[in-house]
Amino acid sequence: MTLDVGSLRDQALAAIDAAADLRALDEVRVSYLGKKGAVTGLLKQLGGMDPDSRKEAGRRINELKDRLEAALGERKAGLQAAALEARLQAERIDVTLPAREEQVGRIHPVSQVTDEIIAIFADMGFAVAEGPDVEDDFHNFEALNLPKEHPARQMHDTFYLEAEQNGAPLLLRTHTSPVQIRTMLAGKPPFRIIAPGRTYRVDSDMTHTPMFHQVEGLLIDRRTHMGHLKGCLIDFVRSYFESDRIPVRFRPSYFPFTEPSAEMDIGCKRSQGELVVGEGSDWLEILGCGMVHPKVLRAVNLDPDEWQGFAFGMGIDRVAMLKYGIPDLRTFFEADLRWLKHYGFMPLDVPTLAGGLSR
Amino acid sequence: MKLTLPWLKEHLDTKADVESVAKKLTDLGLEVEGITDPGAALAGFQVAEIVEVARHPQADRLSALKVRTADGVLSVVCGAQNVRQGLRSILARPGHVVPATGVTLTKAEIRGVPSEGMMCSWRELGLGEDHEGIIDLAGEPEVGTPAVAALGIEGPVIELKVTPERADCFGVNGIARDLAAAGVGRLKSRDFSPVAPGTDAVTRTRLAFAPGNEGACPLFVTRTIKGVRNGPSPDWLQRRLTAIGLRPISALVDITNYLTFDLSRPLHVFDRNKLQGDLVLREAQGGETLAGLDGRTHTLSAGMTVICDDSGVVSLAGVVGGESTSCDEGTTDVVLEVALFDPLRTAETGRRLGIDSDARARFERGIDPELVLPGTEFATRLILELCGGRAGPVEIAGKVPETRGRLTFHTAQIERLAGITVEREEMEAGLEALGFGVDGGPDLYEITIPSWRHDVSTEACIVEEVARLHGYDHIPPVSVPRMAAVSAQVLTPEQRRRSDVRRLAAARGLMEAVTWSFMPEGLAVRFGAAQPIRLQNPIHADLSALRPSILPNLLAAVRRNVDRGFRGGGLFEVGPRFIAAEPGRQAWNCAGLRFGELRQRNWLEPVRNVDVFDIKADVLALLTAAGAKIDTAQISTDAPDWFHPGRSGRVRLGPQVLASFGEIHPAVLAELGIELPVMAFEFDLDSLPKPRARAGRGKGALQASPFPAVERDFAFLVEEGVTVDAILKAIRQAEKQLVREVSVFDVYRGQGVEPGKKSVAVAVRLQAHDRTLTEQAIETASQRIVASVTKATGASLRG
Repeated sequence: MTLDVGSLRDQALAAIDAAADLRALDEVRVSYLGKKGAVTGLLKQLGGMDPDSRKEAGRRINELKDRLEAALGERKAGLQAAALEARLQAERIDVTLPAREEQVGRIHPVSQVTDEIIAIFADMGFAVAEGPDVEDDFHNFEALNLPKEHPARQMHDTFYLEAEQNGAPLLLRTHTSPVQIRTMLAGKPPFRIIAPGRTYRVDSDMTHTPMFHQVEGLLIDRRTHMGHLKGCLIDFVRSYFESDRIPVRFRPSYFPFTEPSAEMDIGCKRSQGELVVGEGSDWLEILGCGMVHPKVLRAVNLDPDEWQGFAFGMGIDRVAMLKYGIPDLRTFFEADLRWLKHYGFMPLDVPTLAGGLSR
Repeated sequence: MKLTLPWLKEHLDTKADVESVAKKLTDLGLEVEGITDPGAALAGFQVAEIVEVARHPQADRLSALKVRTADGVLSVVCGAQNVRQGLRSILARPGHVVPATGVTLTKAEIRGVPSEGMMCSWRELGLGEDHEGIIDLAGEPEVGTPAVAALGIEGPVIELKVTPERADCFGVNGIARDLAAAGVGRLKSRDFSPVAPGTDAVTRTRLAFAPGNEGACPLFVTRTIKGVRNGPSPDWLQRRLTAIGLRPISALVDITNYLTFDLSRPLHVFDRNKLQGDLVLREAQGGETLAGLDGRTHTLSAGMTVICDDSGVVSLAGVVGGESTSCDEGTTDVVLEVALFDPLRTAETGRRLGIDSDARARFERGIDPELVLPGTEFATRLILELCGGRAGPVEIAGKVPETRGRLTFHTAQIERLAGITVEREEMEAGLEALGFGVDGGPDLYEITIPSWRHDVSTEACIVEEVARLHGYDHIPPVSVPRMAAVSAQVLTPEQRRRSDVRRLAAARGLMEAVTWSFMPEGLAVRFGAAQPIRLQNPIHADLSALRPSILPNLLAAVRRNVDRGFRGGGLFEVGPRFIAAEPGRQAWNCAGLRFGELRQRNWLEPVRNVDVFDIKADVLALLTAAGAKIDTAQISTDAPDWFHPGRSGRVRLGPQVLASFGEIHPAVLAELGIELPVMAFEFDLDSLPKPRARAGRGKGALQASPFPAVERDFAFLVEEGVTVDAILKAIRQAEKQLVREVSVFDVYRGQGVEPGKKSVAVAVRLQAHDRTLTEQAIETASQRIVASVTKATGASLRG
């Protein structure tokens, strides 16, 4: 008996080549290598052979089988690649279409700038203190050496509540300074605090709103003097405005709760209605400060011969406007979505000294 | 406070120019707000004389002049009709800019005749409207005299912001004193020597205050002057007053204004012939009236200090004089009043009547009691000089109060508070120049405070005086010493979580707003304020009450943004809400909302409006960020009544309410004019469980089961009133050990479900810690779950 292995091989290889897809290929596989396939049929004939022939025929059939399996595998891979290619072509989409909309909100400049201020003063060891918006006369005025007749206490500056407390007027704090008083009354010196918060004055025009934000600073210990006051605020201003060259100036001034008192100016340039901070020959006032008045220290039961230090108060909205070029204070409180998107900050822009206060 | 440089130089012998004076003033704490110099534009303009007038050969209306200047004779073509030989006028030369036109002159030839300058009119110099011809200078000023001098221009005007405690610097003399002490020049004094009486005319005055009220006017000095002529004041005085913004009226009035600014010594002059009887000082009775010099009739309150004659009130002490006894051009006899009025009463009277006079500004800050008598002499001298007449004797009611305080000053305080050391000579000379008496030293001084410095009372005040003369610029800055090598955490957990909530809310797409702490009272009531916290003096009726909730302000912002064309968006705010009219009765609140369309129209999915579950996701995420354990929270349906009663809820931990959320009540929206749906939430940050302090920072081991999880779906048919929450709770309770996750994937009503019922489809993920669940175990668990849900809610499994 002769095995026509050669023609079977040629026939099978031709069939494999001709298989148009994976299913046809599998049919070819079954028809040759399946249980009833032609090659399997050849193997069945081996039983009737003599040992020598059987050995020889077995070898040839196995060769054929290997050959066909290799061809099948190769063809399968080719067909798979072609199928994938066809699928990819079919699945093509226009990726220039707009992405699924995601909304990212913004952090208000007041919050952002407050966080910046906290980051800087925290590095200088200042904690963040807080106090109530509704205040009494003692904390807002009296303890701060603002005598009863001080103009700031008159109706045209201070919001008063209709309600009273034990016959004494209640008011909306006109500055964050009462937090100084509450802090010093509640704790023991030394103190290093800043107190950001809402403040209120009966005032409304381009540059004044009935509510605004201030940050108070207070440092009380046994040795802090005006040199430290200057150093601290210069360090702050240079860090906040992110410029080591920003010109600063301290001028004598007057506040009832400090003595000596000063106002701090920074250098700026005004040209064509634009204000550029940090250069030029003009000056811009940014805060009031001074050495805490001995009467204030006495009001919180500290001996002014033993304890001393400085305090300052700065407008948060104002320094936000200066740093970020926001022209109109009133717009801060209008919650205009266009304004918030433009002037607001990305939620992950958390100001740190290590990573930079702003981008 | 305004003054001019020439005026200052009458009190200060100095050659300093206006810039260096201004710089020094600011360094001293007298902040310069502005400098204007009307004469600056005329630098180089000078007096020239016409020596020859000829008609222009080519133009009838022009003249060809020969003009004598300090540098020789020039040829000038001029169109004015008033040219004549010998006329002296102001010449502008090539290079000069004509103030009125801004044109720079050049050497020109006008129709063939060279012109080397321009003779100017008043209008061309920006000094008036007169354009009839060129300026015709009277009095033959020397050729070459600068225009500023020849025209009598007052000179640079300096505007100062004087801080309220520096009463003395509301007079030019006080400002000069500060400058002299800072080394800018030598202080000069006015002539305060007594003016001998030329008549014995007197006007009787009487202080008639109720006992205890004598402080209203401790000293009242008068002088009767007869035979004055009250015409216009001289040019120099008019010029000076005009320069600082005052209108010249008549010599007598101008003199009082002059002394108000020159010495911070307000005066009053009565027309003696209009007075009836004696002058009496007393407290006003309520309802008395005064027709004031300010053109208004004032109704007085009881207790205001008034000056009266027999006709009634003739002047409101230190605030405003009366019309009925004022001086006019016919005045011949006057009573000069130089007094000391109580600052507090003056301030109170002025404030209550709404009168902001220059006199009030000075009296309420406190004037120099020791200047009353010298001021009387100087005023008398000026009146006699400018108006003629004979002065009677000085009449004094009351006496000069003792106001020169003393204090002990330790020199060490300078270094202690200011961080500088100042030479003894510098310190003593400076203080003495400011008028302080300085005795003792070098470590301890006995300081006498000058009578005009009511603001100085402590050693710290003396430190300020020394430091500002020394210059704040010369205080070396010192960084504050660090507390630790690595700076410590400063935010409290509560402060930290406010920041976390803010940033998460923004990350979720909400815009942070900062809105007023106020709102209309009606809204405050609608949003939960049983007793609204009202302001006595709101700036506007819409800002009349403190907010009990932030939401109304955010809703108002929604309205504004809708009006701007927005169809959807989100806002939030973290800030105070006010609970009661008492310090501290406020809470840190976080409120947020989403309105209208959740997303813009897009090709991916249909547009939909925001719904309760959008906002519920927000509030749960924010509560989680704030540290609340949301897994164990419950939802109740008793949100406040500004929410839709059927579409709102509260997040609770047992009895404690963490937050409210839901759709804003349609009636509230209608009231606010909002036509889009609004979903909102609010919660108090302070009342959330406090972030707990932990001993360590370790997170504990991960307990992840290595065994497979299986998911089983159930569809429960329940009555419409059964909450899904009840089903979920029953599922979890049925198999606490095995149930990992439960998710609701469908709520169905309609075909196949009988009316009044709903089908809730739930996927339950089961997993054991210690074994692979067998089919048997899964089946048992499923049965238990169904039984538990059935028992709790009456549910049946949907077939």
